[in-house]
Amino acid sequence: MRLEYFQMIDRITALDVPGKRIETACAVPDQSPVFEGHFPGYPIMPGVLLIETMAQTGGWLVLATQRCEKMPFLMQVEKAKMRSFVAPGQALVGTAELLHEGSGYAVVKASISAGGKKMCDAEIRYGVVPFPNDTLKAAMLETATRVGLPEEFHHGA
Amino acid sequence: MASTYETVAGIISETCDIELDKITPESHAINDLGIDSLDFLDVAFAIDKAFGIKMPLEQWTADVNAGKFKTEDFFVLKNLCANIDSLVAAKA
Repeated sequence: MRLEYFQMIDRITALDVPGKRIETACAVPDQSPVFEGHFPGYPIMPGVLLIETMAQTGGWLVLATQRCEKMPFLMQVEKAKMRSFVAPGQALVGTAELLHEGSGYAVVKASISAGGKKMCDAEIRYGVVPFPNDTLKAAMLETATRVGLPEEFHHGA
Repeated sequence: MASTYETVAGIISETCDIELDKITPESHAINDLGIDSLDFLDVAFAIDKAFGIKMPLEQWTADVNAGKFKTEDFFVLKNLCANIDSLVAAKA
């Protein structure tokens, strides 16, 4: 994870587009300015960053489903539950299941686990729209390669 | 069994917290009922799920922008329901 750059996903570890499912690996850094403030003497991952991690996990599933032809933007979070604190250095597993692919929107059910224990979950909805510019498209494709999105799902480029 | 209109009106009432008696078949979802884009996402999801369809919202928007149709053709509730019925029939 690169918290300061809001890059929460290290690697896509499993992807099943027909099965509408994705799994990601996200390593919480040992140190970050985020933890210095949240909180002094008791560093824990902010809940909003866990939501962002779930959103990015689901977002990669939506991108793969769209063959990177369109960009998902976070629109709505339903029933987000932070079940356990996440500490620096923890290895997280993100999972998301595509509940519905609408016209111009998508809905996923996402969760994060650590050591087999569910840490948080939420239903996340995205607006799915054409890339607003080539710069973002190129950056997303570069990130897609970095996190291991299989080449066949870059074909919208 | 509820009619298409009754189901849609119920979805809108519950999703957007609008009293059912303020919703009529002639109501324009956006202009009359004040449903914003985020709430319409909720409504669209609920309608898609309830009827087992995928409303082609992007195509409808493109058609309105191209001048082929007016917003009333898709977002006045009686017209929305007619479109839903067509989508359900096409699926069968």
